[in-house]
Amino acid sequence: MKKTVTNANESWKSQDLSGMKRRDFFKLLGGGIFIFFQPWDPFELFDLQTQQRRSLPTEFNAFLQIAEDGRVNCYTGKIEMGQGAITSLVQIMADELEVPFEKVKMVMGDTDLCPWDGGTSGSNTIRTFSPRMRVAAAEAKTVLMQLGSDYLHVPVSQLQVKDGIISDIKNNKSKVSYGELAKGKSIEKHLDGKPELKDYAKFKYVGKPYLHQDARIKVTGEAKYSADIHLPGLLHARILRPPSHGAKLLTADVSEAENIKGIQVVRDGDLVAVLSDDRDKVDQAITKVKAEYSYDEIKVDDKSIFDRILKADSKANVVESNGDIETGKKNSDIITESEFYNSYVAHAPIEPHAATAVIEGDKINVWVSTQAPFRAQETIAREMNIPLEKVRIITPFVGGGFGGKSPHAQAVEAVKLAKITGKPVVVAWTRREEFFYDTFRPAAVVRITSGMDKTGRITFWDFNTYYAGSRGSETIYDVPNARTTNYSGGSVHPFGTGAWRAPGNNTNTFARESHINIMASKAGIDPLDFRLKNLKDEKMIAVLKAAADKFGYTPARNPSGRGYGIACGTDVGTLVAHIAEVRVDKNTGKVQVVRVACAQDMGLCVNPQGTTIQMEGCITMGIGYALTEEIQFQGGDIRNHSFDTYEIPRFSWVPKIDTVIIDRKDQVPHGGGEPAIICMGAVIANAVFDSTGARLFQLPMTPERILAAIKNT
Amino acid sequence: MEETIRFEINGKKSEMLLDPTLTLLWVLRNKFGLTGTKYGCGLGFCGACTVLLEQEAVRSCMLPVSDASNKKIVTIEGLAHNGNLHPVQKAFIEHDALQCGYCTPGMIMNAVGLLLKNPEPSQQEVIKGMEGNLCRCGAHVRIIKAIQSAGKEMKGGK
Repeated sequence: MKKTVTNANESWKSQDLSGMKRRDFFKLLGGGIFIFFQPWDPFELFDLQTQQRRSLPTEFNAFLQIAEDGRVNCYTGKIEMGQGAITSLVQIMADELEVPFEKVKMVMGDTDLCPWDGGTSGSNTIRTFSPRMRVAAAEAKTVLMQLGSDYLHVPVSQLQVKDGIISDIKNNKSKVSYGELAKGKSIEKHLDGKPELKDYAKFKYVGKPYLHQDARIKVTGEAKYSADIHLPGLLHARILRPPSHGAKLLTADVSEAENIKGIQVVRDGDLVAVLSDDRDKVDQAITKVKAEYSYDEIKVDDKSIFDRILKADSKANVVESNGDIETGKKNSDIITESEFYNSYVAHAPIEPHAATAVIEGDKINVWVSTQAPFRAQETIAREMNIPLEKVRIITPFVGGGFGGKSPHAQAVEAVKLAKITGKPVVVAWTRREEFFYDTFRPAAVVRITSGMDKTGRITFWDFNTYYAGSRGSETIYDVPNARTTNYSGGSVHPFGTGAWRAPGNNTNTFARESHINIMASKAGIDPLDFRLKNLKDEKMIAVLKAAADKFGYTPARNPSGRGYGIACGTDVGTLVAHIAEVRVDKNTGKVQVVRVACAQDMGLCVNPQGTTIQMEGCITMGIGYALTEEIQFQGGDIRNHSFDTYEIPRFSWVPKIDTVIIDRKDQVPHGGGEPAIICMGAVIANAVFDSTGARLFQLPMTPERILAAIKNT
Repeated sequence: MEETIRFEINGKKSEMLLDPTLTLLWVLRNKFGLTGTKYGCGLGFCGACTVLLEQEAVRSCMLPVSDASNKKIVTIEGLAHNGNLHPVQKAFIEHDALQCGYCTPGMIMNAVGLLLKNPEPSQQEVIKGMEGNLCRCGAHVRIIKAIQSAGKEMKGGK
């Protein structure tokens, strides 16, 4: 443990702290006790290199403060986008520090106040950030107990603490609050050890259901998002957009737009924008700009993309290999081959990307709808050719991310326009822009060849995933000869793709779990029994049984006509199993998901309420990619412009949802924002098969595809 | 081209010289600072911009401001009275019927409009009434329960 105890009058190391000198930093935050920590093992930090390129301190990327008024503030570059971290992190902190829940505040996503962070993604907030935050809180408590001991002249062993007040066990009139102890102090500690953590059995807040702490300001309209920032002289901007990805601007005639009263036109290279203090006026003015583009036609569309993927110049990377596929083939009685497809899927958060920028002196302040404020800061500093500390990103509430708000082009646009006009500028993308510039979940293909013996034991498993990504591609079953190969690289997608809630795993789980059901049917075994027969992982067996119990599942060979589907998988350390019931209209091909039971083992469950809500959200969102969501395109031209042609789940689609959390208090917490979505393709496809005998190999399972599959049976 | 528009927003009367073709959404957000009303699609497909116009839920992104002249408008900011939340707002908190919160104002305003017409809707009636409001986080099951419980509370005269 490296300890530095100093007071505010001593000269601080001239170290850059997110753009601020330490002196400024403490002036801004006031005194108190500060514990600096890193949310994860630096050797595991996936973007360590990026972090080291910066001049920022590398020894921590978050800290907590016991303020002089006794409040606890935790400063982190993580953001709140509906996943509920603002609530669950507070529970952990309150417990470990033994302070009232209401005394803890998360300060999130502000690059001036918070230390560097890679971004909010991969369900990392609880599983990798919170364990270190717990250690920091435990350390803070150790410091406070020592201070309390000095103050009360009683040994630490004779002290107790409750609700932020330390008292003498033998004389409860002898007491002192955290706030009193922190008063007038500037104590700084850097964590590199592991203080003793509180026994989970003593948790008062962790493990209890807590409602969203930000709910009140969200139901009154007070909660601010990035386009809600009121600044004097604020200009609304609309930007000229190309008709297709890859199009180059040749000419732009802005004369008609320029003649509209109150419209300012900006041209800066390819950036052509109209600005006004009225949004409606710029919406009209942008249609008056006449532009010509040149572009090479990319000969691919939403139908031919799968062929392009399979023929692409890809690199094969073996993700996992055990035993020998050829040996497995020799030991097989039944061999099954199948090929699965899924289309591009949009993130479609209800809040489109937005940013409000204002330049004050040599400092740029930007409110950005982003999952990665520090990356936005880096991009803007690079684009504007200014030092990092001259850019401050403030992340208010984010109106949904799902992986799509890691890119932040809108922030660069707002800053450029603010610089050129000399006024604050808001760039709030239209829904059409949101669809056009989205980084879609990639279209992908999965090929599986597998074998089993007469008893239904899997003998080999050869899983090949093309352009989905490797997450969730490993075999979860107990197979003696298994190989997983991930194909990627080269130029395949005619537009941007990126992480989409549980990246890769939705595609891979759809393929694996559909294929398992195909095998179960061939073996004449109920699909739950078939899984149990081929699983060794006790945790996976437990979640499957829990889901079956909740659902009231009884075994039957498929297709049974009941419309029951089953699927299971793992994501970010968490195990999930789903059982669904569907109704299929055989005349129209329309599917109604009637009910879904889902069991989840995420280790320690910090907030069962938040977890349940995430599971419900995953199941609901997942129905969309399973049944309707598919980007239609011709080359770089995205044909979906709004929610009329790109249909996301509505109230009438939502099934009865039952959830079970297998809470393992003695274990570390795993991810909760993504796992319960991964099975939604397979669980519905398997239920459709059980209902109709028709097997769907492509997502989404549109009515047309279902009717075609029924016709083929 | 500009004309005087008379407003009664959240009980407060005012008038403003405005281009009558401006949409109510952007007038509320930019001229009145009522940013609780959200832009989601601009075409009436998502419902994030829903407000009450003469007690009826309307899509403010599609409504020329002249159509709102001399009419009573209620936005999300006008639902609570003296710090007391509207039963629908309370029910959204109690049922945890939101995640990112961006669709929430539109959901609540549409729900209030629905309950004004049908104070005790069945589950099917709630679903039908809310079908045009989109939520991407998947809070639907909770929103349905919240609306039904708010309806019961309002009917009980609380």
